[in-house]
Amino acid sequence: MKRKSRGAFLFLTPSVLLLLIFFIVPIILTICFAFTNMALTGSAARNLQFIGFQNFTNMFQDPDFRISVWRTLVFLIFSAVIGQVVLGFILALLMKEKNVTFRRIIGIIVIAGWVTPEIVVAFCMVAFFSDNGSLNQIIGWFGISPVSWLFSFPMVSVIIANIWHGTAFSMMVYQSALDEIPKDIEEAATIDGASNFKILSYITIPMVKGSIVTNMMLVTLQTLGVFTLIYTMTGGGPGTATQTLPVFMYNQAFVNYQFGYGTAISLVLLVIGIVASLFYMKSMKVKV
Amino acid sequence: MVKHRLQRNIQYGILVILGLCFLLPLFWILLASFDTNAQQGIKFPNFTLDNFSAVLGDSGNLRSFGVGIILSGGQATLVVLASVLAAYPLSRYEMRFKKSFLLSILFMTALPITAVMVPVFQMFLFFKLQNSIFATMLFLTSSSLPYGIWMMKSFMDSVPIDLEEAAWIDGASVWGGLRRIVAPLMLPGIATIAIFTFSGSWGNFFVPYILLQTPEKLPASVTIYQFFGSHGMVEYGRLAAFSLLYTMPSVVLYMFSQRYMSKGFSMGGATKG
Repeated sequence: MKRKSRGAFLFLTPSVLLLLIFFIVPIILTICFAFTNMALTGSAARNLQFIGFQNFTNMFQDPDFRISVWRTLVFLIFSAVIGQVVLGFILALLMKEKNVTFRRIIGIIVIAGWVTPEIVVAFCMVAFFSDNGSLNQIIGWFGISPVSWLFSFPMVSVIIANIWHGTAFSMMVYQSALDEIPKDIEEAATIDGASNFKILSYITIPMVKGSIVTNMMLVTLQTLGVFTLIYTMTGGGPGTATQTLPVFMYNQAFVNYQFGYGTAISLVLLVIGIVASLFYMKSMKVKV
Repeated sequence: MVKHRLQRNIQYGILVILGLCFLLPLFWILLASFDTNAQQGIKFPNFTLDNFSAVLGDSGNLRSFGVGIILSGGQATLVVLASVLAAYPLSRYEMRFKKSFLLSILFMTALPITAVMVPVFQMFLFFKLQNSIFATMLFLTSSSLPYGIWMMKSFMDSVPIDLEEAAWIDGASVWGGLRRIVAPLMLPGIATIAIFTFSGSWGNFFVPYILLQTPEKLPASVTIYQFFGSHGMVEYGRLAAFSLLYTMPSVVLYMFSQRYMSKGFSMGGATKG
């Protein structure tokens, strides 16, 4: 029995107010400020002006911006799509039907990286990749001379760090999806003589396709917003080598105090997020 | 079957290697925290608890933990309160804008919060709210509200409405029904949302880093960064100990949430019998 609301919609007030003030208003402000020359210092700080598409023209001509977009793409593809989504799937697949204790131990280890706060992950990884760090120790055993990972391969380092931190989520999503596949379907295919690869590509993957798509969207959206990990590991450097869009936005707004410009970059991020978010909702096929 | 066994062993082998890769960075922090002269590489410590006593003996560190607890605890409480209230009409009533409201909520859960930090900072600047723990808490609350409402609504959907109707017949008000029947029945759901919110906020660095300024108001997540960001000579042992202490609440809460999740919802039986 569903009743017509008798004032119970008033219960929504606190949430609606909070979302309005801290979510909707900032989004509207982003759209407005992106077309101004707002700055904290200099002459623009004293006379705020509407400058039309100036920020955007500047942005698309700014080589730093273009390279940030490129770096964001590289970061997304390698750390989210290839790294977390594929590695998470491989982990879940390999762990299927293995010894329970073994499964649990591997699970706990991978999830530990996920439960660890981003800032601690950054610290662990800076130590891991540092000149005297564990990674150089290990390759030293094989006679390879140490590499300054954070200087020579900064992007690889932050990508690995993000994979290390995020993979558990995908793994857990796939584990529960794989557990729901009825056992007899795969068994029947084995009896019919199908190879493991065929079973995987014709039965297993199609049956968990929904979870793969949803998870991929979620991981991509989450990775798009990654700031803390990169900022605390490399500060966007060396130079601008790891400057993804969020870090670029931060540098423009909070280091150079170019708020108008920073907001314009926010708007780009927001638009990418909105598009990805719409795809995500479509992939969820939600019923409300 | 020989081929099959070989295949299985290879799979176990790959898992062990992957597991080791995941373990290594954590293993270092564990060893380093018990080592007085810890370095960046893995080495066996000359076991000591000095790092922990040094971290815990510093009043600044303790205060940053306190601020973290206030910030995250306050946020978790507010998220639970607001989302229980919001979920109730969304779960129980027909409303005109319900569908579009729920869709916008879902939409908001997926938006990267990083993207609105610049305008939020400008807003805080304009209303002179920067450096206010309470305002930061409110912003954090609304950033996790969409997720909270969405989860709370689905948890509430699984509480049978019959029990509430029985209470209404006995003369309970809508508010009374929510407070005395629905809320207690969904305690596992409430706990899960509270834990998720708390841990998310406890690990959040960006928001307090932007919105708070004076060192006394910074939570542990920011203090730890200044620890390894600004000290010229890094004391790895202490930093590792700080990190470990700071990670503990997240780990413990995760374990709790697992217990709640696995308990699941056995309230369906309450209406029968």
